[in-house]
Amino acid sequence: MKIVALVKQTFDSEAKIALEGGKIGRQGISLIMNPYDEYAVEEALKLKEKHGGEVTVVTVGSDEATEAVRQALAMGADQGILVNPGTEDIDESTIATILAKAVSGLEYDLILGGFRAIDDGSAQVAGRVAEILNLPVVNMVTKLEADGGKAVATADIEGGSAVMEVTLPAVITAQKGLNEPRYPSMKGIMQAKKKPLKKIGLGDVSLDASQVAAKVKVLTYSLPPARAAGKIIPGEPAEAAAALAKALREEAKII
Amino acid sequence: MAKGILVFAEQRDGKIKKVTYELLSAGKKIASQLGEEVSAVLVGKGVSSLAGGLGEYGADKVYVIENDALENYTTDAYANVVADLVKQNEPTAFLLGCSITGRDLAAQVAQKLDTGLLTDCINVMVENGQIVFTRPIYAGKAIINAAIPEARPVMATIRPNVLPVDEPQAGKSAEVINVPANIGNVRTTVKDVIRQVSARPELTEADIIVSGGRGMKGPENFKLLEDLADVLGAAVGASRACVDAGWVPLSIQVGQTGKTVSPNLYIAAGISGAIQHLAGMSSSKVIVAVNKDSEANIFKSADFGVVGDLFEVLPVLTQEIKKLKA
Ligand SMILES: Cc1cc2nc3c(=O)[nH]c(=O)nc-3n(C[C@H](O)[C@H](O)[C@H](O)COP(=O)(O)OP(=O)(O)OC[C@H]3O[C@@H](n4cnc5c(N)ncnc54)[C@H](O)[C@@H]3O)c2cc1C
Repeated sequence: MKIVALVKQTFDSEAKIALEGGKIGRQGISLIMNPYDEYAVEEALKLKEKHGGEVTVVTVGSDEATEAVRQALAMGADQGILVNPGTEDIDESTIATILAKAVSGLEYDLILGGFRAIDDGSAQVAGRVAEILNLPVVNMVTKLEADGGKAVATADIEGGSAVMEVTLPAVITAQKGLNEPRYPSMKGIMQAKKKPLKKIGLGDVSLDASQVAAKVKVLTYSLPPARAAGKIIPGEPAEAAAALAKALREEAKII
Repeated sequence: MAKGILVFAEQRDGKIKKVTYELLSAGKKIASQLGEEVSAVLVGKGVSSLAGGLGEYGADKVYVIENDALENYTTDAYANVVADLVKQNEPTAFLLGCSITGRDLAAQVAQKLDTGLLTDCINVMVENGQIVFTRPIYAGKAIINAAIPEARPVMATIRPNVLPVDEPQAGKSAEVINVPANIGNVRTTVKDVIRQVSARPELTEADIIVSGGRGMKGPENFKLLEDLADVLGAAVGASRACVDAGWVPLSIQVGQTGKTVSPNLYIAAGISGAIQHLAGMSSSKVIVAVNKDSEANIFKSADFGVVGDLFEVLPVLTQEIKKLKA
Protein backbone atom coordinates (compact mmCIF):
# COMPACT_ATOMS: atom_id res chain seq x y z
CA MET A 1 0.00 0.00 0.00
CA LYS A 2 1.37 3.40 -0.97
CA ILE A 3 0.52 6.01 1.61
CA VAL A 4 1.02 9.77 1.67
CA ALA A 5 1.06 11.53 5.03
CA LEU A 6 0.49 15.29 5.07
CA VAL A 7 2.31 17.02 7.90
CA LYS A 8 2.73 20.53 9.21
CA GLN A 9 5.34 22.10 11.42
CA THR A 10 3.64 24.11 14.18
CA PHE A 11 4.51 26.12 17.25
CA ASP A 12 4.93 24.12 20.41
CA SER A 13 1.69 24.43 22.35
CA GLU A 14 3.64 25.74 25.36
CA ALA A 15 5.08 28.56 23.25
CA LYS A 16 4.71 32.03 24.65
CA ILE A 17 3.13 34.18 21.98
CA ALA A 18 4.17 37.82 21.60
CA LEU A 19 3.63 40.40 18.92
CA GLU A 20 6.56 41.80 16.93
CA GLY A 21 5.81 44.63 14.54
CA GLY A 22 2.11 43.86 14.59
CA LYS A 23 2.59 40.18 13.76
CA ILE A 24 3.15 37.00 15.73
CA GLY A 25 6.80 36.91 16.80
CA ARG A 26 8.87 33.86 16.05
CA GLN A 27 11.64 34.63 18.53
CA GLY A 28 12.50 31.82 20.88
CA ILE A 29 9.59 29.69 19.68
CA SER A 30 10.25 25.97 19.51
CA LEU A 31 8.62 24.09 16.68
CA ILE A 32 7.07 20.63 16.68
CA MET A 33 5.24 18.39 14.27
CA ASN A 34 1.52 19.07 14.62
CA PRO A 35 0.37 16.39 17.13
CA TYR A 36 -2.58 15.36 14.94
CA ASP A 37 -0.17 14.81 12.05
CA GLU A 38 1.89 12.52 14.28
CA TYR A 39 -1.19 10.31 14.54
CA ALA A 40 -1.41 10.35 10.74
CA VAL A 41 2.25 9.35 10.33
CA GLU A 42 1.92 6.63 12.96
CA GLU A 43 -1.16 5.20 11.25
CA ALA A 44 0.61 5.23 7.89
CA LEU A 45 3.53 3.32 9.41
CA LYS A 46 1.23 0.77 11.03
CA LEU A 47 -0.53 0.13 7.73
CA LYS A 48 2.81 -0.23 5.98
CA GLU A 49 4.00 -2.72 8.60
CA LYS A 50 0.83 -4.75 8.11
CA HIS A 51 0.45 -4.66 4.35
CA GLY A 52 3.87 -3.62 3.03
CA GLY A 53 4.36 -0.58 0.83
CA GLU A 54 5.85 2.83 1.39
CA VAL A 55 5.11 6.06 3.18
CA THR A 56 5.81 9.47 1.67
CA VAL A 57 5.60 12.55 3.86
CA VAL A 58 4.61 15.83 2.22
CA THR A 59 4.67 19.28 3.75
CA VAL A 60 4.37 22.90 2.66
CA GLY A 61 6.55 25.26 4.60
CA SER A 62 9.76 27.18 4.81
CA ASP A 63 13.09 25.45 5.33
CA GLU A 64 12.31 25.25 9.07
CA ALA A 65 9.71 22.59 8.31
CA THR A 66 12.53 20.20 7.37
CA GLU A 67 12.56 19.14 11.01
CA ALA A 68 8.99 17.85 10.89
CA VAL A 69 9.75 15.82 7.78
CA ARG A 70 12.95 14.46 9.35
CA GLN A 71 10.98 13.42 12.41
CA ALA A 72 8.51 11.49 10.24
CA LEU A 73 11.42 9.85 8.41
CA ALA A 74 13.00 8.96 11.75
CA MET A 75 9.71 7.39 12.83
CA GLY A 76 9.92 5.18 9.73
CA ALA A 77 8.56 7.01 6.70
CA ASP A 78 10.48 6.29 3.50
CA GLN A 79 10.79 9.63 1.79
CA GLY A 80 9.86 13.25 2.23
CA ILE A 81 8.88 16.20 0.08
CA LEU A 82 8.99 19.79 1.28
CA VAL A 83 7.47 22.42 -0.96
CA ASN A 84 8.63 25.89 -0.05
CA PRO A 85 6.10 28.37 -1.42
CA GLY A 86 8.62 31.19 -1.07
CA THR A 87 5.90 33.61 0.00
CA GLU A 88 4.04 34.37 3.21
CA ASP A 89 0.85 35.36 1.45
CA ILE A 90 -0.68 31.92 1.78
CA ASP A 91 -3.84 30.55 3.36
CA GLU A 92 -5.49 27.16 3.64
CA SER A 93 -6.80 27.18 0.08
CA THR A 94 -3.35 27.81 -1.31
CA ILE A 95 -1.61 25.30 0.95
CA ALA A 96 -4.14 22.71 -0.15
CA THR A 97 -3.55 23.64 -3.79
CA ILE A 98 0.20 23.15 -3.37
CA LEU A 99 -0.16 19.89 -1.43
CA ALA A 100 -2.58 18.49 -3.99
CA LYS A 101 -0.21 19.35 -6.83
CA ALA A 102 2.71 17.73 -5.06
CA VAL A 103 0.68 14.61 -4.22
CA SER A 104 -0.79 14.30 -7.70
CA GLY A 105 2.68 13.48 -8.99
CA LEU A 106 2.91 10.46 -6.66
CA GLU A 107 1.34 7.02 -6.66
CA TYR A 108 -0.93 6.55 -3.68
CA ASP A 109 -3.71 4.41 -2.26
CA LEU A 110 -4.36 6.48 0.80
CA ILE A 111 -3.67 10.02 1.99
CA LEU A 112 -3.54 10.60 5.75
CA GLY A 113 -3.41 13.89 7.60
CA GLY A 114 -4.27 15.40 10.97
CA PHE A 115 -7.83 16.67 11.20
CA ARG A 116 -6.57 20.05 12.34
CA ALA A 117 -3.39 21.84 13.28
CA ILE A 118 -2.98 23.10 16.79
CA ASP A 119 -1.69 26.52 15.71
CA ASP A 120 -4.42 27.94 13.49
CA GLY A 121 -6.87 25.12 14.13
CA SER A 122 -8.52 25.67 10.80
CA ALA A 123 -9.35 22.00 10.03
CA GLN A 124 -9.79 22.48 6.31
CA VAL A 125 -6.56 21.71 4.46
CA ALA A 126 -6.95 17.93 4.14
CA GLY A 127 -10.58 18.26 3.10
CA ARG A 128 -9.65 20.75 0.43
CA VAL A 129 -6.88 18.45 -0.83
CA ALA A 130 -9.49 15.67 -1.18
CA GLU A 131 -11.76 17.98 -3.14
CA ILE A 132 -8.99 19.09 -5.50
CA LEU A 133 -7.90 15.50 -6.13
CA ASN A 134 -11.53 14.43 -6.48
CA LEU A 135 -11.22 11.94 -3.61
CA PRO A 136 -13.63 11.13 -0.78
CA VAL A 137 -12.68 12.32 2.70
CA VAL A 138 -13.45 10.95 6.16
CA ASN A 139 -12.55 13.35 8.97
CA MET A 140 -11.82 12.82 12.69
CA VAL A 141 -11.04 9.13 12.46
CA THR A 142 -10.31 7.19 15.66
CA LYS A 143 -10.06 3.71 14.15
CA LEU A 144 -8.94 2.66 10.69
CA GLU A 145 -8.66 -0.51 8.66
CA ALA A 146 -7.52 -0.22 5.08
CA ASP A 147 -6.94 -3.08 2.68
CA GLY A 148 -7.94 -4.41 -0.73
CA GLY A 149 -9.11 -1.15 -2.22
CA LYS A 150 -11.30 0.00 0.63
CA ALA A 151 -11.10 1.49 4.11
CA VAL A 152 -13.39 1.16 7.09
CA ALA A 153 -13.09 4.11 9.44
CA THR A 154 -14.70 4.98 12.75
CA ALA A 155 -15.13 8.73 12.88
CA ASP A 156 -16.45 11.28 15.34
CA ILE A 157 -19.81 12.68 14.30
CA GLU A 158 -22.18 15.07 16.01
CA GLY A 159 -23.22 13.36 19.26
CA GLY A 160 -21.40 10.07 18.75
CA SER A 161 -19.44 8.15 16.18
CA ALA A 162 -20.06 6.46 12.84
CA VAL A 163 -18.46 3.57 11.03
CA MET A 164 -17.87 4.50 7.42
CA GLU A 165 -16.71 2.54 4.45
CA VAL A 166 -14.96 4.27 1.62
CA THR A 167 -13.24 3.07 -1.54
CA LEU A 168 -9.58 3.90 -1.94
CA PRO A 169 -7.87 6.11 -2.74
CA ALA A 170 -9.31 8.41 -0.10
CA VAL A 171 -8.24 11.11 2.33
CA ILE A 172 -8.52 10.20 6.01
CA THR A 173 -7.85 12.67 8.84
CA ALA A 174 -6.71 11.61 12.28
CA GLN A 175 -8.41 12.45 15.55
CA LYS A 176 -6.84 11.91 18.96
CA GLY A 177 -7.37 8.29 20.00
CA LEU A 178 -6.40 6.81 16.62
CA ASN A 179 -3.09 5.53 17.99
CA GLU A 180 -0.09 6.36 20.16
CA PRO A 181 2.64 7.82 17.96
CA ARG A 182 6.03 6.15 18.39
CA TYR A 183 9.15 8.06 19.34
CA PRO A 184 11.89 7.90 16.74
CA SER A 185 14.61 5.46 17.81
CA MET A 186 18.31 6.37 17.72
CA LYS A 187 18.67 4.05 14.74
CA GLY A 188 15.68 5.66 13.07
CA ILE A 189 17.19 9.10 13.53
CA MET A 190 20.47 7.96 11.97
CA GLN A 191 18.68 6.29 9.06
CA ALA A 192 16.49 9.34 8.46
CA LYS A 193 19.57 11.34 7.49
CA LYS A 194 20.11 9.06 4.48
CA LYS A 195 16.49 8.92 3.36
CA PRO A 196 15.47 10.98 0.33
CA LEU A 197 14.10 14.40 1.22
CA LYS A 198 13.22 16.47 -1.81
CA LYS A 199 13.09 20.21 -1.27
CA ILE A 200 11.27 21.91 -4.08
CA GLY A 201 9.57 25.18 -4.93
CA LEU A 202 6.31 26.24 -6.53
CA GLY A 203 7.73 25.98 -10.04
CA ASP A 204 8.59 22.33 -9.46
CA VAL A 205 4.91 21.56 -8.98
CA SER A 206 3.92 23.71 -11.96
CA LEU A 207 2.42 26.54 -9.95
CA ASP A 208 3.22 30.22 -9.82
CA ALA A 209 2.67 32.72 -7.04
CA SER A 210 -0.44 34.19 -8.65
CA GLN A 211 -2.15 30.78 -8.51
CA VAL A 212 -1.59 30.47 -4.79
CA ALA A 213 -2.30 34.00 -3.58
CA ALA A 214 -4.21 33.89 -0.29
CA LYS A 215 -7.95 34.53 -0.39
CA VAL A 216 -8.00 35.28 3.32
CA LYS A 217 -6.28 38.46 4.45
CA VAL A 218 -5.38 38.98 8.08
CA LEU A 219 -6.10 42.59 9.02
CA THR A 220 -4.81 42.70 12.59
CA TYR A 221 -3.11 40.50 15.14
CA SER A 222 -3.68 41.11 18.82
CA LEU A 223 -3.23 39.44 22.16
CA PRO A 224 -6.37 38.44 24.07
CA PRO A 225 -7.39 40.90 26.75
CA ALA A 226 -6.20 39.70 30.15
CA ARG A 227 -9.07 38.43 32.28
CA ALA A 228 -9.75 40.72 35.21
CA ALA A 229 -8.33 39.36 38.44
CA GLY A 230 -10.74 36.92 39.97
CA LYS A 231 -12.07 36.80 43.46
CA ILE A 232 -10.86 34.16 45.88
CA ILE A 233 -13.66 33.26 48.25
CA PRO A 234 -12.22 32.91 51.73
CA GLY A 235 -13.20 30.53 54.49
CA GLU A 236 -13.31 26.86 55.37
CA PRO A 237 -14.37 24.63 52.46
CA ALA A 238 -18.02 24.35 53.52
CA GLU A 239 -18.28 28.04 54.28
CA ALA A 240 -16.59 29.02 51.00
CA ALA A 241 -18.80 26.66 49.02
CA ALA A 242 -21.93 28.28 50.44
CA ALA A 243 -20.55 31.76 49.72
CA LEU A 244 -19.69 30.67 46.18
CA ALA A 245 -23.24 29.48 45.53
CA LYS A 246 -24.50 32.83 46.74
CA ALA A 247 -22.00 34.78 44.63
CA LEU A 248 -22.96 32.83 41.51
CA ARG A 249 -26.57 33.74 42.04
CA GLU A 250 -26.38 37.30 43.35
CA GLU A 251 -23.16 38.68 41.88
CA ALA A 252 -22.71 36.77 38.64
CA LYS A 253 -26.47 36.17 38.27
CA ILE A 254 -25.67 32.99 36.45
CA ILE A 255 -27.56 30.25 38.32
CA MET B 1 -24.11 39.80 -8.31
CA ALA B 2 -23.37 38.41 -4.90
CA LYS B 3 -26.14 39.18 -2.46
CA GLY B 4 -27.44 38.19 0.92
CA ILE B 5 -26.18 36.28 3.92
CA LEU B 6 -26.81 32.55 3.82
CA VAL B 7 -26.77 30.48 7.00
CA PHE B 8 -26.50 26.69 7.27
CA ALA B 9 -29.43 25.61 9.47
CA GLU B 10 -27.97 22.65 11.30
CA GLN B 11 -30.44 20.12 12.63
CA ARG B 12 -30.17 16.74 14.22
CA ASP B 13 -32.92 14.24 14.82
CA GLY B 14 -35.58 16.76 13.89
CA LYS B 15 -34.31 19.55 16.11
CA ILE B 16 -32.62 22.76 15.05
CA LYS B 17 -29.25 23.19 16.76
CA LYS B 18 -28.87 26.28 18.87
CA VAL B 19 -25.91 27.53 16.85
CA THR B 20 -28.31 28.02 13.93
CA TYR B 21 -30.13 30.72 15.89
CA GLU B 22 -26.81 32.30 16.81
CA LEU B 23 -25.87 32.37 13.13
CA LEU B 24 -29.22 33.89 12.13
CA SER B 25 -28.85 36.65 14.73
CA ALA B 26 -25.30 37.39 13.60
CA GLY B 27 -26.37 37.15 9.97
CA LYS B 28 -29.22 39.60 10.54
CA LYS B 29 -26.85 42.05 12.20
CA ILE B 30 -24.40 42.14 9.31
CA ALA B 31 -27.11 41.87 6.65
CA SER B 32 -28.86 44.98 7.93
CA GLN B 33 -25.59 46.91 7.86
CA LEU B 34 -25.02 45.80 4.29
CA GLY B 35 -28.67 46.33 3.30
CA GLU B 36 -29.12 42.69 2.39
CA GLU B 37 -31.35 39.82 3.48
CA VAL B 38 -30.74 36.67 5.45
CA SER B 39 -31.61 33.23 4.23
CA ALA B 40 -31.06 29.76 5.62
CA VAL B 41 -30.50 26.41 4.02
CA LEU B 42 -32.02 23.40 5.75
CA VAL B 43 -30.88 19.96 4.63
CA GLY B 44 -32.07 16.48 5.63
CA LYS B 45 -34.88 13.99 5.42
CA GLY B 46 -38.32 15.07 6.62
CA VAL B 47 -37.06 18.42 7.89
CA SER B 48 -39.41 20.81 6.07
CA SER B 49 -41.58 21.25 9.17
CA LEU B 50 -38.63 22.98 10.83
CA ALA B 51 -38.31 25.64 8.13
CA GLY B 52 -41.11 27.96 9.21
CA GLY B 53 -39.72 28.43 12.72
CA LEU B 54 -36.51 29.88 11.35
CA GLY B 55 -38.41 33.00 10.30
CA GLU B 56 -38.94 33.96 13.93
CA TYR B 57 -35.19 33.96 14.37
CA GLY B 58 -34.56 36.24 11.44
CA ALA B 59 -34.51 34.20 8.23
CA ASP B 60 -36.27 35.98 5.35
CA LYS B 61 -36.05 32.89 3.17
CA VAL B 62 -35.46 29.23 3.94
CA TYR B 63 -34.24 26.88 1.24
CA VAL B 64 -35.24 23.31 2.05
CA ILE B 65 -33.33 20.45 0.47
CA GLU B 66 -34.92 17.14 1.33
CA ASN B 67 -34.02 13.65 0.23
CA ASP B 68 -33.87 10.16 1.73
CA ALA B 69 -30.16 10.13 0.95
CA LEU B 70 -29.72 13.13 3.28
CA GLU B 71 -30.97 11.36 6.40
CA ASN B 72 -27.47 10.65 7.71
CA TYR B 73 -24.82 13.25 7.14
CA THR B 74 -22.32 12.29 4.47
CA THR B 75 -19.71 14.74 3.32
CA ASP B 76 -20.34 14.08 -0.37
CA ALA B 77 -24.13 14.34 -0.40
CA TYR B 78 -24.31 17.42 1.82
CA ALA B 79 -21.41 19.20 0.13
CA ASN B 80 -22.91 18.55 -3.31
CA VAL B 81 -26.39 19.89 -2.54
CA VAL B 82 -25.19 22.83 -0.47
CA ALA B 83 -22.52 23.88 -2.98
CA ASP B 84 -25.15 23.73 -5.75
CA LEU B 85 -27.48 25.98 -3.81
CA VAL B 86 -24.71 28.48 -3.05
CA LYS B 87 -23.68 28.55 -6.72
CA GLN B 88 -27.23 29.28 -7.80
CA ASN B 89 -27.90 31.99 -5.24
CA GLU B 90 -24.47 33.61 -5.04
CA PRO B 91 -24.72 34.97 -1.51
CA THR B 92 -22.19 37.51 -0.27
CA ALA B 93 -21.45 35.31 2.72
CA PHE B 94 -22.17 31.76 3.82
CA LEU B 95 -21.97 31.05 7.54
CA LEU B 96 -21.97 27.69 9.33
CA GLY B 97 -21.60 26.60 12.94
CA CYS B 98 -18.18 25.30 13.92
CA SER B 99 -19.60 21.92 14.90
CA ILE B 100 -18.24 18.60 13.68
CA THR B 101 -20.70 18.71 10.79
CA GLY B 102 -20.29 22.42 10.03
CA ARG B 103 -16.52 22.17 9.96
CA ASP B 104 -16.55 19.12 7.68
CA LEU B 105 -19.07 20.62 5.28
CA ALA B 106 -17.50 24.09 5.18
CA ALA B 107 -14.11 22.86 3.96
CA GLN B 108 -15.59 20.88 1.07
CA VAL B 109 -18.00 23.62 0.01
CA ALA B 110 -15.28 26.29 0.21
CA GLN B 111 -13.04 24.27 -2.07
CA LYS B 112 -15.85 23.46 -4.50
CA LEU B 113 -16.51 27.20 -4.76
CA ASP B 114 -12.81 28.05 -4.74
CA THR B 115 -13.24 30.59 -1.98
CA GLY B 116 -11.68 31.44 1.39
CA LEU B 117 -12.90 30.07 4.71
CA LEU B 118 -12.32 31.34 8.24
CA THR B 119 -13.05 28.71 10.85
CA ASP B 120 -13.95 28.80 14.54
CA CYS B 121 -14.71 32.53 14.56
CA ILE B 122 -15.89 34.20 17.74
CA ASN B 123 -17.16 37.44 16.25
CA VAL B 124 -18.31 38.92 13.00
CA MET B 125 -18.82 42.57 12.09
CA VAL B 126 -18.93 44.97 9.18
CA GLU B 127 -16.02 47.40 8.83
CA ASN B 128 -15.88 49.82 5.90
CA GLY B 129 -18.42 47.74 4.03
CA GLN B 130 -16.36 44.58 4.46
CA ILE B 131 -17.30 41.57 6.60
CA VAL B 132 -14.59 41.05 9.21
CA PHE B 133 -14.25 37.96 11.39
CA THR B 134 -12.43 37.54 14.69
CA ARG B 135 -10.83 34.23 15.50
CA PRO B 136 -8.44 32.95 18.14
CA ILE B 137 -5.25 31.24 17.00
CA TYR B 138 -2.40 29.54 18.85
CA ALA B 139 -4.68 27.98 21.42
CA GLY B 140 -6.28 31.33 22.16
CA LYS B 141 -2.96 33.04 22.84
CA ALA B 142 -3.48 35.42 19.94
CA ILE B 143 -6.45 36.82 18.09
CA ILE B 144 -6.79 37.83 14.48
CA ASN B 145 -9.24 39.93 12.57
CA ALA B 146 -9.44 38.76 9.01
CA ALA B 147 -11.49 39.22 5.87
CA ILE B 148 -11.92 37.68 2.46
CA PRO B 149 -11.72 40.77 0.23
CA GLU B 150 -12.37 39.31 -3.21
CA ALA B 151 -13.39 35.67 -3.34
CA ARG B 152 -17.14 35.03 -2.98
CA PRO B 153 -18.94 33.94 -1.04
CA VAL B 154 -17.10 34.95 2.10
CA MET B 155 -17.21 31.75 4.17
CA ALA B 156 -16.83 31.23 7.90
CA THR B 157 -17.69 28.81 10.66
CA ILE B 158 -18.69 30.35 13.98
CA ARG B 159 -17.91 28.79 17.35
CA PRO B 160 -21.15 27.63 19.01
CA ASN B 161 -22.40 29.29 22.18
CA VAL B 162 -20.41 32.52 21.77
CA LEU B 163 -22.69 34.89 19.85
CA PRO B 164 -26.02 35.99 21.33
CA VAL B 165 -29.44 34.90 20.08
CA ASP B 166 -31.91 37.75 19.50
CA GLU B 167 -35.35 37.43 21.01
CA PRO B 168 -37.45 35.49 18.44
CA GLN B 169 -40.24 37.47 16.82
CA ALA B 170 -43.35 35.40 17.33
CA GLY B 171 -45.38 34.90 14.19
CA LYS B 172 -42.75 36.20 11.77
CA SER B 173 -42.55 33.72 8.95
CA ALA B 174 -39.99 33.00 6.29
CA GLU B 175 -40.57 32.31 2.64
CA VAL B 176 -39.94 28.57 2.25
CA ILE B 177 -38.42 27.45 -1.03
CA ASN B 178 -38.10 23.76 -1.82
CA VAL B 179 -34.98 23.00 -3.80
CA PRO B 180 -34.50 19.71 -5.65
CA ALA B 181 -31.60 17.67 -4.28
CA ASN B 182 -28.95 16.71 -6.75
CA ILE B 183 -27.15 14.22 -4.51
CA GLY B 184 -24.40 13.25 -6.96
CA ASN B 185 -21.89 10.53 -6.28
CA VAL B 186 -21.68 9.54 -2.59
CA ARG B 187 -18.44 7.69 -2.03
CA THR B 188 -18.80 6.85 1.65
CA THR B 189 -21.27 4.36 3.09
CA VAL B 190 -22.43 4.79 6.67
CA LYS B 191 -22.29 1.25 8.14
CA ASP B 192 -23.22 2.06 11.67
CA VAL B 193 -24.00 5.05 13.87
CA ILE B 194 -23.20 4.92 17.56
CA ARG B 195 -25.01 7.62 19.52
CA GLN B 196 -23.91 8.65 22.95
CA VAL B 197 -27.17 8.85 24.77
CA SER B 198 -27.15 11.27 27.62
CA ALA B 199 -29.84 13.20 29.39
CA ARG B 200 -27.36 16.05 29.75
CA PRO B 201 -26.87 18.90 27.28
CA GLU B 202 -24.09 18.58 24.74
CA LEU B 203 -20.78 20.06 25.85
CA THR B 204 -20.52 22.55 23.00
CA GLU B 205 -24.07 23.81 23.54
CA ALA B 206 -24.30 23.67 27.32
CA ASP B 207 -24.95 26.84 29.31
CA ILE B 208 -23.12 25.36 32.27
CA ILE B 209 -20.26 22.87 32.37
CA VAL B 210 -18.88 21.15 35.44
CA SER B 211 -15.42 19.79 34.69
CA GLY B 212 -13.05 17.58 36.63
CA GLY B 213 -9.30 17.04 36.49
CA ARG B 214 -6.69 14.74 37.90
CA GLY B 215 -7.66 16.06 41.34
CA MET B 216 -10.83 13.92 41.08
CA LYS B 217 -8.48 11.01 41.85
CA GLY B 218 -10.57 8.35 40.09
CA PRO B 219 -13.58 7.70 37.85
CA GLU B 220 -15.82 6.83 40.80
CA ASN B 221 -15.56 10.40 42.10
CA PHE B 222 -17.06 11.87 38.95
CA LYS B 223 -20.33 11.14 40.76
CA LEU B 224 -19.65 14.37 42.72
CA LEU B 225 -19.55 16.32 39.44
CA GLU B 226 -22.64 14.57 38.11
CA ASP B 227 -24.60 15.46 41.24
CA LEU B 228 -23.61 19.09 40.82
CA ALA B 229 -24.37 18.93 37.09
CA ASP B 230 -27.81 17.53 37.90
CA VAL B 231 -28.82 20.48 40.07
CA LEU B 232 -27.47 22.93 37.48
CA GLY B 233 -28.73 21.17 34.35
CA ALA B 234 -25.10 21.17 33.27
CA ALA B 235 -22.88 19.05 31.05
CA VAL B 236 -19.86 17.23 32.51
CA GLY B 237 -16.38 17.77 31.08
CA ALA B 238 -12.87 16.68 31.98
CA SER B 239 -9.22 17.52 31.52
CA ARG B 240 -7.01 15.37 29.34
CA ALA B 241 -5.36 13.86 32.40
CA CYS B 242 -8.65 12.09 33.22
CA VAL B 243 -9.11 10.95 29.62
CA ASP B 244 -5.56 9.63 29.39
CA ALA B 245 -6.04 7.78 32.67
CA GLY B 246 -9.06 6.07 31.14
CA TRP B 247 -11.51 7.49 33.71
CA VAL B 248 -13.76 9.21 31.19
CA PRO B 249 -14.26 9.08 27.39
CA LEU B 250 -12.40 11.36 24.99
CA SER B 251 -15.73 12.82 23.92
CA ILE B 252 -15.87 14.90 27.11
CA GLN B 253 -12.29 16.20 27.01
CA VAL B 254 -12.08 19.98 27.01
CA GLY B 255 -9.02 21.68 25.56
CA GLN B 256 -6.74 22.06 22.64
CA THR B 257 -7.03 18.41 21.65
CA GLY B 258 -10.59 18.09 22.87
CA LYS B 259 -13.74 20.17 22.68
CA THR B 260 -13.78 23.96 22.57
CA VAL B 261 -16.55 25.22 24.82
CA SER B 262 -17.98 28.63 25.71
CA PRO B 263 -20.62 28.12 28.39
CA ASN B 264 -21.98 30.90 30.59
CA LEU B 265 -20.47 29.12 33.57
CA TYR B 266 -17.50 26.73 33.65
CA ILE B 267 -16.68 25.09 36.96
CA ALA B 268 -13.20 23.52 37.02
CA ALA B 269 -12.57 21.15 39.92
CA GLY B 270 -9.13 19.66 40.47
CA ILE B 271 -7.84 21.11 37.20
CA SER B 272 -4.48 22.89 37.27
CA GLY B 273 -5.18 25.15 34.30
CA ALA B 274 -2.56 24.05 31.77
CA ILE B 275 -2.48 26.22 28.65
CA GLN B 276 -3.85 23.34 26.57
CA HIS B 277 -6.87 23.07 28.86
CA LEU B 278 -7.44 26.84 28.89
CA ALA B 279 -7.39 26.78 25.08
CA GLY B 280 -10.67 24.92 25.15
CA MET B 281 -12.57 26.92 27.75
CA SER B 282 -11.15 30.40 28.20
CA SER B 283 -13.97 31.94 26.17
CA SER B 284 -16.42 30.84 28.91
CA LYS B 285 -18.24 33.81 30.36
CA VAL B 286 -17.75 33.01 34.06
CA ILE B 287 -15.06 30.61 35.26
CA VAL B 288 -15.01 29.06 38.72
CA ALA B 289 -12.00 27.14 40.02
CA VAL B 290 -11.91 24.74 42.94
CA ASN B 291 -8.36 23.69 43.69
CA LYS B 292 -6.43 22.92 46.83
CA ASP B 293 -3.30 24.60 45.50
CA SER B 294 -3.62 28.37 45.83
CA GLU B 295 -0.83 28.76 43.25
CA ALA B 296 -2.65 26.72 40.59
CA ASN B 297 -2.64 28.46 37.22
CA ILE B 298 -6.39 28.06 36.83
CA PHE B 299 -6.94 30.80 39.43
CA LYS B 300 -5.41 33.31 37.00
CA SER B 301 -8.32 32.71 34.65
CA ALA B 302 -11.01 32.24 37.26
CA ASP B 303 -13.64 34.84 38.13
CA PHE B 304 -14.34 33.04 41.38
CA GLY B 305 -12.02 30.68 43.17
CA VAL B 306 -12.21 28.45 46.20
CA VAL B 307 -8.91 27.22 47.58
CA GLY B 308 -9.76 23.92 49.19
CA ASP B 309 -10.31 20.21 48.90
CA LEU B 310 -12.84 19.52 46.19
CA PHE B 311 -14.12 16.49 48.12
CA GLU B 312 -15.31 18.89 50.78
CA VAL B 313 -16.30 21.79 48.53
CA LEU B 314 -18.33 20.06 45.81
CA PRO B 315 -20.93 18.31 47.99
CA VAL B 316 -21.64 21.52 49.91
CA LEU B 317 -21.82 23.53 46.70
CA THR B 318 -24.33 21.04 45.31
CA GLN B 319 -26.44 21.25 48.46
CA GLU B 320 -26.33 25.05 48.61
CA ILE B 321 -27.31 25.43 44.95
CA LYS B 322 -30.13 22.96 45.48
CA LYS B 323 -31.37 25.14 48.34
CA LEU B 324 -31.13 28.33 46.26
CA LYS B 325 -33.03 26.70 43.43
CA ALA B 326 -35.71 25.26 45.67
C1 LIG C 1 -0.13 18.71 22.60
C2 LIG C 1 -0.87 18.67 23.90
C3 LIG C 1 -2.25 18.78 23.89
C4 LIG C 1 -2.97 18.76 25.08
N1 LIG C 1 -4.34 18.89 25.03
C5 LIG C 1 -5.04 18.97 26.20
C6 LIG C 1 -6.46 19.15 26.20
O1 LIG C 1 -7.11 19.20 25.15
N2 LIG C 1 -7.10 19.25 27.38
C7 LIG C 1 -6.44 19.18 28.59
O2 LIG C 1 -7.09 19.29 29.64
N3 LIG C 1 -5.12 18.98 28.61
C8 LIG C 1 -4.40 18.86 27.45
N4 LIG C 1 -3.06 18.63 27.50
C9 LIG C 1 -2.45 18.28 28.81
C10 LIG C 1 -2.16 19.47 29.68
O3 LIG C 1 -0.86 19.94 29.37
C11 LIG C 1 -2.18 19.05 31.16
O4 LIG C 1 -1.28 18.00 31.36
C12 LIG C 1 -3.55 18.62 31.66
O5 LIG C 1 -4.52 19.57 31.31
C13 LIG C 1 -3.51 18.44 33.15
O6 LIG C 1 -4.75 17.99 33.63
P1 LIG C 1 -5.21 18.32 35.11
O7 LIG C 1 -5.27 19.77 35.30
O8 LIG C 1 -6.44 17.53 35.34
O9 LIG C 1 -4.07 17.63 35.98
P2 LIG C 1 -2.91 18.26 36.84
O10 LIG C 1 -2.15 19.26 36.08
O11 LIG C 1 -2.20 17.14 37.45
O12 LIG C 1 -3.68 19.08 37.96
C14 LIG C 1 -4.44 18.49 38.96
C15 LIG C 1 -4.89 19.62 39.85
O13 LIG C 1 -5.76 19.09 40.83
C16 LIG C 1 -5.51 19.74 42.07
N5 LIG C 1 -5.98 18.84 43.12
C17 LIG C 1 -5.52 17.61 43.46
N6 LIG C 1 -6.24 17.08 44.46
C18 LIG C 1 -7.19 17.98 44.77
C19 LIG C 1 -8.24 18.01 45.73
N7 LIG C 1 -8.46 16.98 46.56
N8 LIG C 1 -9.01 19.11 45.79
C20 LIG C 1 -8.81 20.17 44.96
N9 LIG C 1 -7.83 20.19 44.03
C21 LIG C 1 -7.03 19.11 43.93
C22 LIG C 1 -4.03 19.97 42.06
O14 LIG C 1 -3.69 21.04 42.93
C23 LIG C 1 -3.75 20.30 40.61
O15 LIG C 1 -3.83 21.69 40.38
C24 LIG C 1 -2.30 18.63 26.32
C25 LIG C 1 -0.92 18.53 26.32
C26 LIG C 1 -0.20 18.55 25.14
C27 LIG C 1 1.30 18.44 25.20
